[in-house]
Amino acid sequence: MNFDFSDDLKQLRDQARRFLAEQSPPKVVRQVLEGGEPYAVALWQAMAEMGWLGAAIPEQYGGAGLGYEGLCVLAEELGRAVAPVPFASSAYLAAEALLLAGSDAQKRRLLPKLADGSAVGCFALAEGTGNPDPAHVSVRATGGRLTGSKWPVMDGDIAGFAVVVARDDGGETALFLADLAADGVSRRKLTTVDPSRDHARIDFAGAAAERLGARTGWPLVQRLLERAAILVAFEQVGGAQAALEMARDYALERYAFGRPIGSFQAIKHKLADVYVAIELARSNAYYGAWALSADAAELPLAAATARVSATEAFHLAAKENIQTHGGIGFTWDVDCHLYYRRSKQLALALGSAPWWKHRLVELLEMRNAA
Amino acid sequence: MDFNDTPDEAAFRAEARTFLQANAEPKSRARPVLRLGDLGGDAVAQCKAWQAKKADAGFAAISWPKRFGGREASPILQVIYHQEEENYAVPRGLFEIGLGMCIPTMMTYAQPEQLDRYVRPALRGEEVWCQLFSEPAGGSDLAALRTRAERDGDDWVINGQKIWTSGAHLSDFGIIVVRTDPNVPKHAGLSFFFLDMRSPGIEIRPIHQMSGASHFNEVFFTDVRVPDAQRLGAVGQGWQVSLTTLMNERLAVGEVHRPDVEDLLELARALMLSGNGAVRERIADWYARTQGLKFTRFRTMTALSRGQTPGPENSIHKLVNASKLQDIASYGLDLMGMAGLVMDDDLAEAYAMFQQALLSSPSARIAGGSDEILRNIIAERVLGLPADIRVDKDRPFSQVPTGRR
Ligand SMILES: Cc1cc2nc3c(=O)[nH]c(=O)nc-3n(C[C@H](O)[C@H](O)[C@H](O)COP(=O)(O)OP(=O)(O)OC[C@H]3O[C@@H](n4cnc5c(N)ncnc54)[C@H](O)[C@@H]3O)c2cc1C
Repeated sequence: MNFDFSDDLKQLRDQARRFLAEQSPPKVVRQVLEGGEPYAVALWQAMAEMGWLGAAIPEQYGGAGLGYEGLCVLAEELGRAVAPVPFASSAYLAAEALLLAGSDAQKRRLLPKLADGSAVGCFALAEGTGNPDPAHVSVRATGGRLTGSKWPVMDGDIAGFAVVVARDDGGETALFLADLAADGVSRRKLTTVDPSRDHARIDFAGAAAERLGARTGWPLVQRLLERAAILVAFEQVGGAQAALEMARDYALERYAFGRPIGSFQAIKHKLADVYVAIELARSNAYYGAWALSADAAELPLAAATARVSATEAFHLAAKENIQTHGGIGFTWDVDCHLYYRRSKQLALALGSAPWWKHRLVELLEMRNAA
Repeated sequence: MDFNDTPDEAAFRAEARTFLQANAEPKSRARPVLRLGDLGGDAVAQCKAWQAKKADAGFAAISWPKRFGGREASPILQVIYHQEEENYAVPRGLFEIGLGMCIPTMMTYAQPEQLDRYVRPALRGEEVWCQLFSEPAGGSDLAALRTRAERDGDDWVINGQKIWTSGAHLSDFGIIVVRTDPNVPKHAGLSFFFLDMRSPGIEIRPIHQMSGASHFNEVFFTDVRVPDAQRLGAVGQGWQVSLTTLMNERLAVGEVHRPDVEDLLELARALMLSGNGAVRERIADWYARTQGLKFTRFRTMTALSRGQTPGPENSIHKLVNASKLQDIASYGLDLMGMAGLVMDDDLAEAYAMFQQALLSSPSARIAGGSDEILRNIIAERVLGLPADIRVDKDRPFSQVPTGRR
């Protein structure tokens, strides 16, 4: 057993951390949060130049071929930096959808563009309130034309194309490619609890759509969500770790009653609990990274487990970071809320905790029945 | 024990109902009454108009002495009035600190002529009060505050900074605790005043909260003169006076935050999740906590109506309520699934009240005594566990370690 990243990947991590500390400091996140730009365009371009956008895309399609472990390492660092870029949409969801379901021609056409950043993709699943469920898919793709509304779509206002979950002519769930600049597509930016990430409502009124590959059925969507959940778990762990470090630093320097507040057991135990939650989440995410890179049969359960513990860890770390800061933690100018907002955004994208918990137990039952 | 109204209580309840029916709009379940912090200038006028109406009808300070416009009635009647008012959409958020904390402190320490001057206008909402306690260096550890007051003839001259002062920008007067002697142990060197918020030398800067609103402020003092006649309590007795204010703060709970359990139940029903076992369990847990608090409050009111003073056990309310609010908000978003993050008025469930509460509730666990401080109070003052060993209590304030922040 070797349950750690290779030295090369650790080097990639250090490099990414240094790069993001410089290129994605809170000032850059706030620029997007406060509406200055829809995403950090300059950061995105720099990421493209470093080959990150195609990290897990095979070289034959213009990617860097770093594999999924490399992508996981990058995801953790982007999470730590609460980076305001459409990475999850483009690199985990759209690219993965193409890799999973696309025809060779589609891969050749779109993957190189995703890898070099000349195209941004997004994944349009949700149709309003609710968790992922085939019964909630009512957008139709009939005769190559899409009708219906998708919201919220993460990065839907930024992306050039969407992978849309819709019903085909036979009423089956399938994936479709839609050019978001085409006729029959209208988009509206949404207000959310995390304005540092773009979300949109997309209305299709007979917009042209191309089927992605030939496969149909909900399991495809489920599979895509599972793969993305592992990558998002790394983002969550990175964000949680940054929030914990921020709380620890503050607990060391803030004095009350003549002592650092970190000397009070109430604060010590709180931060120790956060640490424990993060380490469990990190280990579950590592297992997910292995399952992803080995395309292991355990992947669905590994993904649900990683998702559940990473969601819990980030929420806990983010809210207790505010709490550790006291009044100052509730202000706009201090960065605590960047993590708090992102923790909820990531907790809801791909479906919320109750849904993943349910799924986890379902998978356990299936495993035990087998 | 009897949970039914006595004949007197029933008569009062009927009177309150009649007043509310004639003067206020019934609340619809779904649309929450927005807190002042989220509203514009109109809201201040609305708050003031409502307060005057309520005061003139004798419902603004039910247990206060008659000479100040109260009824000298049992605190139980106050609870009854609140229960009735809960069913109506009335503007809130401007007078809680003044009437709940500042004026009661005045009543304990101010001169009769001062009370004649200040209490009525506060009760009728003509004058707004704020509480100038916390400082950058003194929040939980309030007695670490550094704002200085020095004697100069009949006046005191105040220099320094307060922070997190709710409503300072809307206030006419404030109560303030300041350091008058840095060379004695921290609790012994404080004095307490009330002051005119328009005094020369006061500068108020709003603080932008993480929720987007700007409800609290930094308040800077540069050579602000306050007459000695506005001192409350003796020089050096400021800590004891502050404790009076804080004890009243603990009593001033009971405000219902939204979303509450009923809102969650309604959300679950609307999303067709109310049959889900996990959801039902969560709702049951929060309901039991809510009712526990409500009946704990009734017990307190009963004790109070018998003349007992409220004790540290009242720390329970905010401790439970604050986390409950944050957890209900977060869970509500989870129930909404992928759309839980959307706040647009036309798309969000329940008028985005869950999302708004997610962003504003972290403050409830901090303001007016953090969770950790409340747990310390319960452990030490109720259960009698030993306090932390103190490094700051017995040495001169000027020698207490302060760290970098
Ligand atoms: C919305 C809001 C409104 C407010 N309104 C007012 C107002 O009108 N007037 C006013 O005067 N103040 C007001 N405050 C200030 C409030 O009372 C303080 O924020 C609060 O007392 C905490 O102080 P602090 O912010 O300095 O945090 P700190 O005291 O620095 O606390 C930081 C962390 O350390 C913990 N801690 C501190 N001491 C201990 C200990 N002994 N044991 C264990 N843990 C400890 C705290 O629990 C917290 O987690 C308001 C605050 C908020 C958020």
